[in-house]
Amino acid sequence: MSNPIRPTFDHELHGLQDNLLRLGSMLEAALGRAIQSLTTRDVGLAQQVVADDDKINALRYEIEEECFLALATQQPTARDLRSVMAAFSMAADLERMADHAEGIATIVVRMGDEPLLKPLIDIPRMADTCRDMLRGALDAYVLRDEAKARAVARRDDVIDDLYQQVFRELLSFMLEDPHTITRALYLLFIAHNLERIGDRAVNLAERVIFITSGELKEFKGSV
Amino acid sequence: MTLTMTSAAPAAPTALPQLVTVARRADGTSVEAVPSQQKMVVDCVTVHYGKFRALADVSLTVAPNRITALIGPSGCGKSTLLRSLNRMNDLTPNARVDGEIRLDGENIYGPSTDVVDVRRRVGMVFQRPNPFPKSIYDNVAYGPRLYGVTRKAELDEMVETSLRRSALWDEVKDKLAQSGLALSGGQQQRLCIARALAVEPEVILMDEPASALDPVATLKIEELMQELKAEYTIVIVTHNMQQAARVSDYTGMMMMRPDRSGEMVEFAATPVIFTRPKDRRTEDYVTGRFG
Repeated sequence: MSNPIRPTFDHELHGLQDNLLRLGSMLEAALGRAIQSLTTRDVGLAQQVVADDDKINALRYEIEEECFLALATQQPTARDLRSVMAAFSMAADLERMADHAEGIATIVVRMGDEPLLKPLIDIPRMADTCRDMLRGALDAYVLRDEAKARAVARRDDVIDDLYQQVFRELLSFMLEDPHTITRALYLLFIAHNLERIGDRAVNLAERVIFITSGELKEFKGSV
Repeated sequence: MTLTMTSAAPAAPTALPQLVTVARRADGTSVEAVPSQQKMVVDCVTVHYGKFRALADVSLTVAPNRITALIGPSGCGKSTLLRSLNRMNDLTPNARVDGEIRLDGENIYGPSTDVVDVRRRVGMVFQRPNPFPKSIYDNVAYGPRLYGVTRKAELDEMVETSLRRSALWDEVKDKLAQSGLALSGGQQQRLCIARALAVEPEVILMDEPASALDPVATLKIEELMQELKAEYTIVIVTHNMQQAARVSDYTGMMMMRPDRSGEMVEFAATPVIFTRPKDRRTEDYVTGRFG
């Protein structure tokens, strides 16, 4: 909702949102490329993801600084204040999600051209759900849509269930044959990184709910 | 905005800090922490009223097309400093100014200064709106007429341009013959701004321009200042720190010494003053720990 009396501040708030969305795009790209590097075993692509993480970190701090200055100089209140506070938190969440994407890429580099322990089935499903949740959270943010945000948060159960499945399956590999441990752990850590990305996407959704409703609390289950 | 370190110091008066950082707004515009361009320079200025020293050794740079705010507790000399910028303090008996105040490089207290011209180039808007008891049109046309403009077409144009620039035209264009005093407080203040703009100033001084106005009128004046800085340089005195934070690019924090003379404690880009001030006294003032 634009502010006809304070168009300059309004412009600044839009700039802040644009930067946050830019950070979201960079994350989507990093995650997409990290997963692609895994499925195509492209070490070069994985190295690119690792190298580009610095840019994502820098943008996070830039956004935090912008929020800091907006709070210090513009005295935002109500919805404007919630937007600035949410942007501050979301920048941190997005940057941590990018760290997890980088984590996946680092493992792909480490695996080199060693054959995978097993064909990838659940991990790509986790990845797809993560990417959906991320897109959903960013859309909910732009549209300030609380219902969309809650729908995103609910999908985390899917990721948690898939992670449990992956964990049990890899555990049984490792118990049966210790020689598989290294390769199993590679896949386990990739799955773990995806599970954390899902959790962070819930955080993003919680921040959107904070902006729209002022509610400042953890999202629980089917609420 | 973000603050990033850039390279070495610009050519600035010796009284100012040499560290250069750049504040970049979310909309892409940027403001240097220490202005490298100088519309006006206050260079080690001391002001006495008779034996009483009102300002002690004050220095600052007024950057072109920026808003510079002077803040500080009552009695710190900020209004005295403002009035020095267009020699209004000449009208106070026994006022003496030592040091230099330069406008585009020339000392306005020099022996060959045309004071009337200084006051045209550096206009002033006061705390309480003070339109003349004349029509809206005559209020704005007063200055140009004084400067010899008599052709109606020319005056009409100057009046309209000034009222447009002060964001008042749409509200008064159908009632230019009405008394200026019949307008609301916020409108009267914008009329006074139009009046100042009519003589084509370069710098506009504003002494607490919104303190007599309601919150919405205040925000409108602040938004107007943002528009005006594209063409003018603005210096404001305000006791409202939040206003200084919202509207200004640079802030000078002043304080009264034990001997009641005013000094410049810290002068920096506004985001710095309100997020990471260097001087403890500045921090105490902006956090409200000092009144």
